[in-house]
Amino acid sequence: MRRLIALLILLLTLAPALAQERDPNIAESIQIGLSTDTVTITSDFSGADLTIFGAVDGADPLISRQGGYDVVVVLEGPARAVTVWRRARVLGVWVNSRSETFVNVPLSYSVSTTRFLQDITNPTTYKQLSLGAQNIYLQPERKRANPFITEEFTAALRERKLATGLYVERIGGVQFLSQTLFRATLNLPADVPVGTHRARAFLFKHGSFAGETSSTLVIRKAGFEQSVYDIAHQYSMFYGLFAVVLAMVTGWLGRMIFRRD
Amino acid sequence: MGIYLPIAEMSVNVFVLLAMGAAVGFLSGMFGVGGGFLITPLLIFYNIPPAIAVATGANQVIASSFSGALAHLKRGTVDIKLGLVLLVGGIFGSSAGAAVFALLRAYGQLDLAVSLLYVGFLGTVGGMMLIESVNAIRRSRSGQPPSLRRPGQHNWIHRLPLKMRFRASKLFVSVIPILGLGAAIGFLAAIMGVGGGFIMVPAMIYLLKVPTNVVIGTSLFQIMFVTAYTTVVQATLNQTVDIVLAFLLMVGGVAGAQYGAKVGQKLRGDQLRALLAALVLAVALRLAFDLFVAPGSIYELSIPEGP
Repeated sequence: MRRLIALLILLLTLAPALAQERDPNIAESIQIGLSTDTVTITSDFSGADLTIFGAVDGADPLISRQGGYDVVVVLEGPARAVTVWRRARVLGVWVNSRSETFVNVPLSYSVSTTRFLQDITNPTTYKQLSLGAQNIYLQPERKRANPFITEEFTAALRERKLATGLYVERIGGVQFLSQTLFRATLNLPADVPVGTHRARAFLFKHGSFAGETSSTLVIRKAGFEQSVYDIAHQYSMFYGLFAVVLAMVTGWLGRMIFRRD
Repeated sequence: MGIYLPIAEMSVNVFVLLAMGAAVGFLSGMFGVGGGFLITPLLIFYNIPPAIAVATGANQVIASSFSGALAHLKRGTVDIKLGLVLLVGGIFGSSAGAAVFALLRAYGQLDLAVSLLYVGFLGTVGGMMLIESVNAIRRSRSGQPPSLRRPGQHNWIHRLPLKMRFRASKLFVSVIPILGLGAAIGFLAAIMGVGGGFIMVPAMIYLLKVPTNVVIGTSLFQIMFVTAYTTVVQATLNQTVDIVLAFLLMVGGVAGAQYGAKVGQKLRGDQLRALLAALVLAVALRLAFDLFVAPGSIYELSIPEGP
């Protein structure tokens, strides 16, 4: 079931943009608002669309009409260390051989844009902003790793994340509803990691970076699922015993219901 | 209909899991096995992380073996004393297995170890069973006596010290092979998520010379305790038992088992063994295929444990 989690905008109290290192000629700033700071994953969760509303404050109507503004919205999952294994053939069998661990890798990374990324701005800007699945900076755990090996494993990490749908790009997922107001739709995959996610919005004006804003969103399991998880980790012995009793009761009931002797 | 598994942290289809449980339950009822050796590979094929598939598989086996053991206890076809001695060995084996499991997981080699063990054991046992049952079918067709083995025959196992008497099985044997067999099964239960019936039953018949009428009941009785112990140890050490996943499989399993048992009663013993052998070999081949054939991507991600 795809659920639409609509998040409202908080346009009324928009404060002037914070002082940032950017072109003084740019008068615009970008704002996003979330109506809720938590999303709960219920037992029937199988992925969802997350909608974020936002506005370009102080937008020039002329540039707006020309389509000079571009917005990129990102939902970054919680960061964890991730190990990339490379498999190799040993006696005909594929085994995990070499590995490289990266620290602070966002477990999920969902991007939504107004246009193709390459049409919005140049690769250098993306690299500087660490924006986009191909551009996020991935830091290897070992400081003196061989740069060629690191490059290979970095590429593999991105490729695996994209292949499993945890890193996803949605071209055209951001739409302008008026000259200033926009709506961004982001993918939440079925196996979206739980934890604190960060929603970030980037504004580009005629291809140059014009501002950024961010907001946090907590994704957690709903009551039952969270309780099961907590009990399994905090009272693991009790949980194990309960699992055994449940199995025995199910086995016994099955015999009662379908008894044949 | 999707359901979110709290421990595996992924969304799965309820009906797929119920059907999987029912299919395995049907086969386990038909052949009188726990079905753990089928459930764990099926869960792995369904993209459940192997660590969770193994621990949850053990949990699921409790339900089917408990229900089976109850039936045998009622008929009096369980050698409780023999079962308890096997269990003592099983507890040591299972504890060692869970520790090795945690170690393999830390080194990123768990998936490989699970697959290799499955291919090795299922391949060997399936192959042996197939040869034995095909020979039995041939012999019965040509009108020869069904078995050339005599239960009274003794082998090296019967010359070991520390002998103990088992009345229900009419046995007087050393406890060493029994403890050893129990420990081996316990070890496999922890690493492979199986009850071990497919190894236990032939070992009891051919090595210990236990009369066939008490073999299945005693094996189920012991498997029930070993898998229960394994479940608790896995839950405590590795937190890999997914109770929602296990429950769905059990519900499908107990229902399927009853119908499987009815079909099983209509087939002859040697035919049943030949079918089971073919099934075991098919699972082994499927797993071997994944081991030897180049994977879609040679890279794999994992999240290291700890801070």
